Amino acid sequence: MNRWRHFFKASTVALLIAGAALASGRANAQEKSIVVASTTSTQDSGLFDYLLPIVKEKTGIVVKVLAQGTGQALDTARRGDADVVFVHAKSAEEKFLAEGFSVKRYPVMYNDFVLIGPKDDPADVKDNDILTALQTIKAKGVSFISRGDRSGTNIAELALWEEAGIDIANDKGPWYKEIGQGMGAALNMASATNAYVLSDRGTWLAFQNRGGLAIVVEGDKRLFNQYGVMLVNPAKYPSVKKDLGQQFIDWLISPEGQNVIGGYKINGRQLFYPNANDPNA
Amino acid sequence: MNDFSTAIETALSLIAKSDPKLRDIVLLSLRVSLTAAICAFVAGAPLGTALAIYRFPGKGASIVLANALLGLPPVVVGLVVYLILSRSGPLGSFGIMFTPAAMVIAQAALGIPIVIALVHRMTVDVWATYGDALLVDGASRLRAMIPIMLIARDGLLTAFLAAFGRAIAEVGAIIIVGGNIQGYTRTMTTAIALETSKGELSFALALGIILIILSMTVSALSLVFGRALTAR
Repeated sequence: MNRWRHFFKASTVALLIAGAALASGRANAQEKSIVVASTTSTQDSGLFDYLLPIVKEKTGIVVKVLAQGTGQALDTARRGDADVVFVHAKSAEEKFLAEGFSVKRYPVMYNDFVLIGPKDDPADVKDNDILTALQTIKAKGVSFISRGDRSGTNIAELALWEEAGIDIANDKGPWYKEIGQGMGAALNMASATNAYVLSDRGTWLAFQNRGGLAIVVEGDKRLFNQYGVMLVNPAKYPSVKKDLGQQFIDWLISPEGQNVIGGYKINGRQLFYPNANDPNA
Repeated sequence: MNDFSTAIETALSLIAKSDPKLRDIVLLSLRVSLTAAICAFVAGAPLGTALAIYRFPGKGASIVLANALLGLPPVVVGLVVYLILSRSGPLGSFGIMFTPAAMVIAQAALGIPIVIALVHRMTVDVWATYGDALLVDGASRLRAMIPIMLIARDGLLTAFLAAFGRAIAEVGAIIIVGGNIQGYTRTMTTAIALETSKGELSFALALGIILIILSMTVSALSLVFGRALTAR
């Protein structure tokens, strides 16, 4: 019955591996941790890589970040799969509050959007205000990459088209490409196809594959980009870790947390400006 | 070609340094995909063998179904597992969304049809050759399953490796159900997707090179162990 012994040996090995795998998985589950649904910009800009080790040191909380884009992050929280949302689209956040999925929104920080385009600026929009730039790009039919994913940046972009008097949903042509992906992917595509694209400044500064791209429009006050943080309403989902989540939020808006956020720099340039004290933000 | 040489250099230096972050990602990838492949094998191998041995109405359709599911799109599996495991889904109370366990479930679901289809293919010939003899010896079809699987063990190992290969190379399902959380559910493939989106193309490619080396090592080791384990 040699065969049986081999079969037995093989199954024992398999069970040991499976057992070890499960045991090591359980060890992770006992730490103090929360799930934060956030945006690709906070991750791709490197902010979380910088911030989260400090959060862990100061509060003992391990923050598990889902980098999803604002629309998807809010939907993840609506399903009860996150404890905290940290996003950047005030209109969408206020809708989330109105639906009762959170009871309070805290402004945290801001930076701004920039219009990125090929260095040789084929649409000739450099240093225009953003509305004129978009009108010109549309009139000339120069390639433009849209996130197309209901992210905060996508929501801001759509609002800018509307403000520029362009009904982009109906007036778009083959020059306007909705890619349905994150900020980094959009920048990669713009770089590969010499297109214009709206980006948050943080992701742009951290982005490594610029190719022939450069900032063409910046500094327009319409390009303001506010970030807010909300605890998911524990009354909707009892599974929400409300104490740890609130502790994380309290630290972010504390003078210490705000200082740390303001201290994040790439090549000496500050990426985010703390403004938890601004009640209108 | 600069990107490729930079990537190879980066890959080698990452391996040489045995970077702790990279080590954790590699270990998680292995842990998740091996567990998923084992689950898929334990569930799929008996089913595949039974499909070869038993005769029942709908047998032909079952075989077609298992083979059709070889092309199961990972992103759809990810979405279905997401809807089931989400807090608002039927199994939401277990709280395993965005954990390694969720990734194991998604990858096992992808692996099961592969194991069933391949094991069926491997055992059907063995059954044709030895089936009558086993039944004449007085074994029931149920008891005949184990000797049949043992005779076809080389093929079973291939089925296991195919399930593992599918799991370790897959990104669409686990990025949905795992969430690509750093230090927790970030695997080799989701890290590659992330580094690509950060524009760190050489670094992403370096990770890809390491993943291929890893996958080859696991396959080679399984073949060696498998041979030692099943040597007559």
